[in-house]
Amino acid sequence: MISVIPEIGHLALLLCLPIAIALTVLPMAGAAGRWHLLQRSGPLLSSGLWLFLAVAFACLTYSFLHDDFSVVLVAQHSNTALPSYYKFSAVWGNHEGSLLLWVFILASWTLAVAYLGKSLPSDMHARVLAVLGGIAVGFLLFIIFTSNPFERNLISPPLEGNDLNPLLQDIGLILHPPLLYIGYVGFAVAFAFAIAALIGGKLDAAWARWTRPWTTVAWLFLTVGIALGSWWAYYELGWGGWWFWDPVENASFMPWLAGTALIHSLAATEKRGVFRSWTVLLAILAFSLSLLGTFLVRSGILVSVHAFASDPTRGMFILLFLAVTVGGSLLLYALRAPTIKPLATFKLLSRESWLLINNSLLAVSLAVVLIGTLFPLVMSALDLGSYSVGPPYFNKLFLPLMVLLMLFMGVAPYLNWKHNRLTPVLVRPWYIVSIVALLLALLAVAFLSQRYATQWRFGAFVTVTLSSWLLLMTLTHAGLKARRFARAKKLSSRQGLLSLSRSYWGMVIAHSGIAVMALGIGLTSSYSVQKELAMAPGAVADVAGYRFVLEKLEDVQGPNYSATMATFGVGRLNEGALINGLSIRLQPEKRFYYAAKNVMTEAGIHGRLTRDLYVSLGDSLESEQWAVRIYVKPFIRCIWLGALMMAAGGLLVVIDKRYMTRQPVRTDSPSGTVASNEQAMV
Amino acid sequence: MNARLRLFIPLLIFAVVALVFLTLEKRMGSGEYDPSNLPSAMIGQSLPAFNLSRLMNAEQVVVAADIVGQAALLNVWATWCIACRAEHAYLNELASQGVPIFGLNYKDERAAAMQWLQRLGNPYRLNIFDFKGSLGLDLGVYGAPETYVIDAQGIIRYRHVGILNEKVWREKIEPLGLPWPVAQTQRAAL
Repeated sequence: MISVIPEIGHLALLLCLPIAIALTVLPMAGAAGRWHLLQRSGPLLSSGLWLFLAVAFACLTYSFLHDDFSVVLVAQHSNTALPSYYKFSAVWGNHEGSLLLWVFILASWTLAVAYLGKSLPSDMHARVLAVLGGIAVGFLLFIIFTSNPFERNLISPPLEGNDLNPLLQDIGLILHPPLLYIGYVGFAVAFAFAIAALIGGKLDAAWARWTRPWTTVAWLFLTVGIALGSWWAYYELGWGGWWFWDPVENASFMPWLAGTALIHSLAATEKRGVFRSWTVLLAILAFSLSLLGTFLVRSGILVSVHAFASDPTRGMFILLFLAVTVGGSLLLYALRAPTIKPLATFKLLSRESWLLINNSLLAVSLAVVLIGTLFPLVMSALDLGSYSVGPPYFNKLFLPLMVLLMLFMGVAPYLNWKHNRLTPVLVRPWYIVSIVALLLALLAVAFLSQRYATQWRFGAFVTVTLSSWLLLMTLTHAGLKARRFARAKKLSSRQGLLSLSRSYWGMVIAHSGIAVMALGIGLTSSYSVQKELAMAPGAVADVAGYRFVLEKLEDVQGPNYSATMATFGVGRLNEGALINGLSIRLQPEKRFYYAAKNVMTEAGIHGRLTRDLYVSLGDSLESEQWAVRIYVKPFIRCIWLGALMMAAGGLLVVIDKRYMTRQPVRTDSPSGTVASNEQAMV
Repeated sequence: MNARLRLFIPLLIFAVVALVFLTLEKRMGSGEYDPSNLPSAMIGQSLPAFNLSRLMNAEQVVVAADIVGQAALLNVWATWCIACRAEHAYLNELASQGVPIFGLNYKDERAAAMQWLQRLGNPYRLNIFDFKGSLGLDLGVYGAPETYVIDAQGIIRYRHVGILNEKVWREKIEPLGLPWPVAQTQRAAL
């Protein structure tokens, strides 16, 4: 019995195209000609687009879940033995499906803008929806003509599928692409706002204010997505590394850097009406880099571990799409961006200046990553030979930039908009914080050097000093601000803390997240201990104050693989004796996936905030022995904790009261008068 | 410069980048540029001269003559390269069939590389320790992993960028018609 479901999905997908075209043309024409009916057609068309894409996506999912191998895509990327949650994630574990997910997420963002953005001036609203519709048209054309997920093989459908790439059979990879795409595509909204504002000629504080929450939501999803990808690489590749400067990683990191700069420069544009051209350029850049990321991964130009599905023939189409979207919007920018000097002025010692420094540092970091990723490509395009840049290039250039960024980040919140004087009251806490941070770092590094029996690590000393300084500067600012507020309003200090705005707390938590992440990076790269051993059952290894005992090896059966699983008992040592017995259990596996004939490593990890114990199996050696890798990684969890704190900070900014109200915003607010110095917020 | 003209700078930069991509795409379409098969200026040339230390023994030097003499693979690898790990099992298999494989340990740490071989098995006849990447530069190494096919006269016959697996071996390297031990055993079986 041949299922009709994929045909329904195919039809729904095809119908999306005319709807998306209508969404691009009608509201835009309506806004231009002031035809109200057309201008208000956006929400209806957005709903239609979303609905049909949801049907298409649901049909493809149905085909995967029901092992419909007459659909070529399912036969290539799934298998009857695959557990159903992996069948579900297999929907986007391939080129065609991941594009369908991309455009579905775009439609979801469009729907959200259509219904949550009703307080926007109607011509602006119509234009934003039209731009989003235009992006959807491009992606739909790409899917329908070069990457149709519903292609079928009805003549001789195979009885069994090829199975999903075992690397992708993992909870981290179920969630990683959707989160990343929500972030990528979210920048399309910021982009659409920028284009709509350029077309409408209204690039003012109100525009920045509308763009901010959307950008922040996209940014926070991208943050979580990247962190999850790094976490996945950490435990699934069995290597203990967490960032490889791989081109595909860079492709997601570049939009993040641009997005981070955008969030900050939007703040300055909203509060003070400054940097308008720069902000709009960043909005275009963030989305262009998202597209570039998609292009680099999907065109097959880059060879990468991540490039699971790539096809050079599709590259030309994406390139054309890039030329129209990015080239077109940059042309529009060149023609319409405001060139007049902003009315508001500011001094060197002001928050504006320091935001500008922050933006410049982020832009330089972005350039470093971009050049490192593209340089080899450029050289081979021009036939100038082949070059490679490895992690050393990135680390050497990136670290100093991050140190500078953290220094500026610590001070910036203390500065007011417009101008500042370095009064003793302002500067005194900085001295105290710096001394405390130095002392803390001395203590911490002395303790860690003794604990991990290493020499004095200068790198660790610098990172601990810097991160605790940033953390203390940020928290002290919150404390002082709350106290000042409490005194003025005669409140208790607890009430003072609670009365600070959510978006202010968002900044505090996100900046603290950077400090926590830097701490994790510095400590884990200074103090990680790793040992490679040959171990048989009963073997004992003492690593960095822990005793690892290989208790047993056994064969286990998974749904679509067989595995050798080792059981390690691990306990803490004190002067050569176990303190608490072998209370920790680690079970690393070596899996053999039947259909793909692939061997995969599953690390056994026991995580605490202060350290990870990480064991992974290598190959089996002779006489029951196995090659075993044991890592003790201090504070590595801080890296992902820091990323989550950044995302949580973003969330707090978004749910700030000022964005929750649906009242129309005055569009004519002259830039510069919006902000009051006391309610300063970044 | 005129303020309005300055706004065209981003567009200009984008145009340059787009042109590069267009060139790449064109060359990819015509088969001139294949990211997994970069045309190497070195193909048909003999192995560049070098004088480097061995991975396993820093005291011992290795020169091109140590490698030349039979059809062999020169595999560029490093412990920082994840893809190298994926390819390692197949290298072990080839080595066990008798295919001579030489390693070029590229911009790596000696201790880490030695541990890697101890752990994952050592398919290499010997390893060149190219810490600064100088031989890599002479060869035009794009990144790791990369594999060069060298004939008995030391002429580079083929270059593969990316993971070496059975498919690449069968479709790209075997058709070169070099006298591999594998091919010989198969012929004997026939």
